[in-house]
Parts: sequence; C-alpha cells; structure tokens
Amino acid sequence: MSSTEQEDLTAAERETQAERVEEVQQMNRTPRSTSTIVFGLLAWLIGLIFVAPVLWMVLTSFHAETDAATSTPNFFAPLVLDGYRSFWDAGPLPPLINSATASLVSTALVILLAFPAAYALSIKRVEKWTDAMFFFLSTKMLPIVAAILPLYLIALELNMLDNIFTLVFLYTAMNLPIAIWMLQSFLAEVPVEMLEAAQVDGAGLLRTLVSVIAPVVMPGIAAASLICFIFSWNELLLARVLTSTVAGTAPVFLTGFVTSQGLFLAQVCAASVVISLPVLIAGFAAQDKLVQGLSMGAVK
Amino acid sequence: MTSPSTATEVEDDTTSSSTRSNRPDRAARWARRAPLLPALIFVIILTQVPMIVTLVISFTNWVAFRPDDRSFAGLDNYRTVFGDPEARSAVVVTIILTLTVVVFSLLIGLGIALLLDRQFLGRGIVRTMMITPFLIVPVAAALVWKHALYNPTYGLFNGMLRLVFGDNAPTRDWISDNPLIAIEAALIWQWTPFMMLILLAGLQSRPMDVVEAARIDGANSWQIFIHMTLPHLRQYIELAGLLGAIYVVQNFDHVFTLTAGALGTANLPYHIYQTLLSAQDYGEASAAGVVTVFGTIIIAMFALKTAFSLFQEETR
Repeated sequence: MSSTEQEDLTAAERETQAERVEEVQQMNRTPRSTSTIVFGLLAWLIGLIFVAPVLWMVLTSFHAETDAATSTPNFFAPLVLDGYRSFWDAGPLPPLINSATASLVSTALVILLAFPAAYALSIKRVEKWTDAMFFFLSTKMLPIVAAILPLYLIALELNMLDNIFTLVFLYTAMNLPIAIWMLQSFLAEVPVEMLEAAQVDGAGLLRTLVSVIAPVVMPGIAAASLICFIFSWNELLLARVLTSTVAGTAPVFLTGFVTSQGLFLAQVCAASVVISLPVLIAGFAAQDKLVQGLSMGAVK
Repeated sequence: MTSPSTATEVEDDTTSSSTRSNRPDRAARWARRAPLLPALIFVIILTQVPMIVTLVISFTNWVAFRPDDRSFAGLDNYRTVFGDPEARSAVVVTIILTLTVVVFSLLIGLGIALLLDRQFLGRGIVRTMMITPFLIVPVAAALVWKHALYNPTYGLFNGMLRLVFGDNAPTRDWISDNPLIAIEAALIWQWTPFMMLILLAGLQSRPMDVVEAARIDGANSWQIFIHMTLPHLRQYIELAGLLGAIYVVQNFDHVFTLTAGALGTANLPYHIYQTLLSAQDYGEASAAGVVTVFGTIIIAMFALKTAFSLFQEETR
C-alpha cells in the first residue's frame, strides 16, 4: 500500500499543484484511519452523554410513577401512558394554545415588519443605515428584566394584564432585531439584475417585495421565523409577570404544574416532553437554519 | 462568511445618481425611509419607552402598598442597591455564572466542533444528538435536571452511582452541596450546542486548499490548529461567546427553577424579580434594573464591536 503511495507521489510531482494537493489528501487518509475511528468513537460518546438527559426524560415520561421514583434507575420498567394522562388531566390545552398564539402571531408580525425594514437597510438604503442596524442590535442587549416593571405598570394601566396580545407585542419587539439582521444579510445578496428587471417593469415596492425578493430570500425568512418561534415559545419571565390564569403560556403552566401537583416525576417529564416537542420538531426539521438564526445571519 | 454583496452595487448606483442631481429630494428620502419606519417605531415604543420609565422610577421613592406616597429620592435607591448585601451578591453571582457558563460551553463546544469537522460514520446523527439539548424548552430542561437528574433519592446521577458502587456509593445532594455549580452545569449543557454550531460553521468555512498546502509543506496537525485554524476561528469564537453572554446574563429560568434564588444563587434578574414580587419596592427594583443595564452595556459594547467588524467584512 505504502509503495503505491510512494509511486503516486513521485508521479504527482510532475502534475499540477491542484492535483498534488488531491494526492496528499488521499495519502493522509490511510495512516490516519485509526485516529479517525478513535475520534469518531469519542464524538459518539460525547454526543450520547449530551443526549442522555433528554433520553432519560423521554423514558421516565413513559414509566409509572412508582417505577420512575426508584433509588437505582429502572431502565426496563414497563412503558405506560400514565404520566401523559395525568398531564392531560391538569388541563394543558389552554396554555398550549396561548403559547401557539403568542409564538405564531408574533413571528408573523416580526416578518411583516422586518422584511420591508430589511429592504430599506440593504437594497434601497436609507441614509445612516448602519446606525439603524446597530440601534436594533443594541436593543437586543438590554436585559428584559430591567423593563419589566414599567411593562407591568403600563399593561395594568391599559387593562392589558393577563392578555395574550400583550405577549404577542412584546415578543414581536423582542425578536424584531434578530429578524431584521438576518433578513438584511439575505436581502443584500439578491442579484442586482433581478432588481433592475423589476424596476424596468415598473413594479412598485409591494410587488417587488412580494413577487421578486420574497421567493429568492425564502430560506432567510424561514430561518428568521424558526428562531423567532423558538425564542417566543421558550420565554418565561415576561409571561410569568404579565399573565396569570387566562393568558398563561406553556412555560408558566409548567412552573405552576410542579408546585401545585407536588412531585410526580413521570408527569413532570411527560409535561416537559410535550412542551418541548414543537421546538424539537422545528429545530430538527431546520437544523441548518439554526446556525444562521442564532448568529443573526452573520454565519451562513 | 458571505461573498461581497451584489446589492451594494445598486446602492452605489443610486447614491451616485442622487449626488449628480445634487438636490436632496425630501419626498424621495421619506419614500426610502417608509419601509423602515413601522419596525423602527415599534421597537422604540416597546423597548426604549419602558427603559426611560425604569430610569425615572429608579430616582423615586415608590413602594407598591403606599401608592400615593411617591417622592423624588435622588440617589437613595442606588445607595440601597449598592449597600444591600443581597444586591451586591447578585452582581457577583451574575458575573461568575455568566463567565463560567460561557467559557466552559465555548471550550467544550470547540472540542466537539473539531470532532464533528472530521469524517466518521454517523456524523449527522451525532450532530443531531448534540443539538438536542438546545431544543428543550429552558424551564422544562431546568425541571428535568432538578427532579430527574439532581434529586438525591431518585435522580439519575445518584442512581447511576448506586448502580456502579452499590450501597457505599459516594452519592451527594447535587443542588444543596454546590448550588451554583448545579445551575452552571445545567446551563452549560444547554449552551454548548449553541457554541458548537457557530464554531462548526466557522471550521467549515476554512479555506481547505491553504490548509492542505501547509500540510504539504510539512506542517503537523497541531501547528495547523494553532497557526491557521484558531486565527480563522477567532471572530467566530468572539461572536459565539458574546451572543451567549448576552443570553446567559439575562438567565432567569434556571435560577428560578433549580434553586429559586436560595443558597446564594440569586443573580440580578432573579433578584429584581424578587424585589418586585415580595418587597414591592418599585424604586429599588428599578435602580437594580438600571445597574443591570449598565453591566450589560459593558458586554454589549464588545459585542457590538465584534458584530461591526464581522459586518464590515461582509459588506466590504
């Protein structure tokens, strides 16, 4: 094997630089195959360690309470749906609907506002557009907790406490900067010919946005929507302070679920699985979009 | 990152034409601003107005159960915040928590990203497994860590120890023994995937032909890592660290769920929440809020600088 490689290498010396690189790449693969296996196994091990708490959560959610609360883990206990049944009996539907409303409506609003804004920051730019970009980013760095009292007092004054639309508006403001940054970076890459063609056709702003730009930047819109949905769905602090019985979201329900029911491990795990499921599905379905979203479009 | 944008050319075209006509058309300028304004006004009303109100209340004597007894307090609330041992402890806890979580998730995330950058069987599956912790709703994750993992009698950690070591297992009360570490570990578990994803994207954007050329020139893997990979990764590490820091500084869910701020784990967000809820001291809570904002601004300035350098590179 090594002798053929030697011949390959000497032959390669007469070839162009690019082909030489290829040869060396191939040569390197063989002696490193043991290390490839070792590092591959290590990666698997670490991956399993990181996913283990999730697997344990899922397994426990399918155990009977008596099997869940044992002093040594009972991996092979019979699988039952009791945990899910008691979770369901606690009435999780209204909070789940509230969470869906807050996340989906705020995400739609975010895109509706961020898309034209990104246009004004990337294609037909306003003057001082970088200042505007950094203003949006800086609002993301203000801790929500510092604004929570005024938000509470204003909501109280406007009779908007325990109203799901208070959360819709706040989540929209919370996620708008992320979406604007992401969409700006996507819109900046729209081919110039396409925009010129639209201009020649005499397309107005709305038509240019909807039928020329939107189809091209769909991946960016999808990535931004995914991230906004996840952040809204996960939010606890605002929801806990500004809602109670009517507009409480799933995370608020989860915190109350434990204190009011006492501790039932299978039930808690079942609740956690159900409430995390929308985020898990969205995140797995769009793994590649996750990076773009988390880095606000800086990493593609 | 991304190739130099094509849309910049459009922008250059229009600017040059407008300077040629040399008559700044007001109507045209407002037409340009129009698509931006709804978003801008929305964000200003919902983020800036509450901040100004917080600033005003922080200079006021205002306790919820004496609503008519409001007066100008000067710097009293700030004196209370800095004099209050609980508030000072909250500042320290916030700094330790943020630094520990960000540094450890960055290091572990970097290690895993390097592993995932290599070819091996089932790489896609491992990548998916690694992302999973980040996709668990934070409150749910904190609850599961508290009850299903940390619990001394039936949690998985002590359960595994008993399974391996039998009756003399070195079991411990994970949360009570090291409350802050317990919170940090749960947070590191959730944030490592975030760091890993950004760093992996950075690794995969390396110009591989240059790396191969270095290898041909006899550079070993360690030299390539130190002199080529790390410098290339620098801005990704900064980006991941700073974005992570912005989120971890604000963490409320884990402190609230795992310890409810007890055992010296109350960070600033939890402390402010508690001041509002139990003491109902609006003035003091607002002053603590303003202090948090200033603390965050220090991190934010670095974050903005990094974002700016990345951004300039992109729009070059």
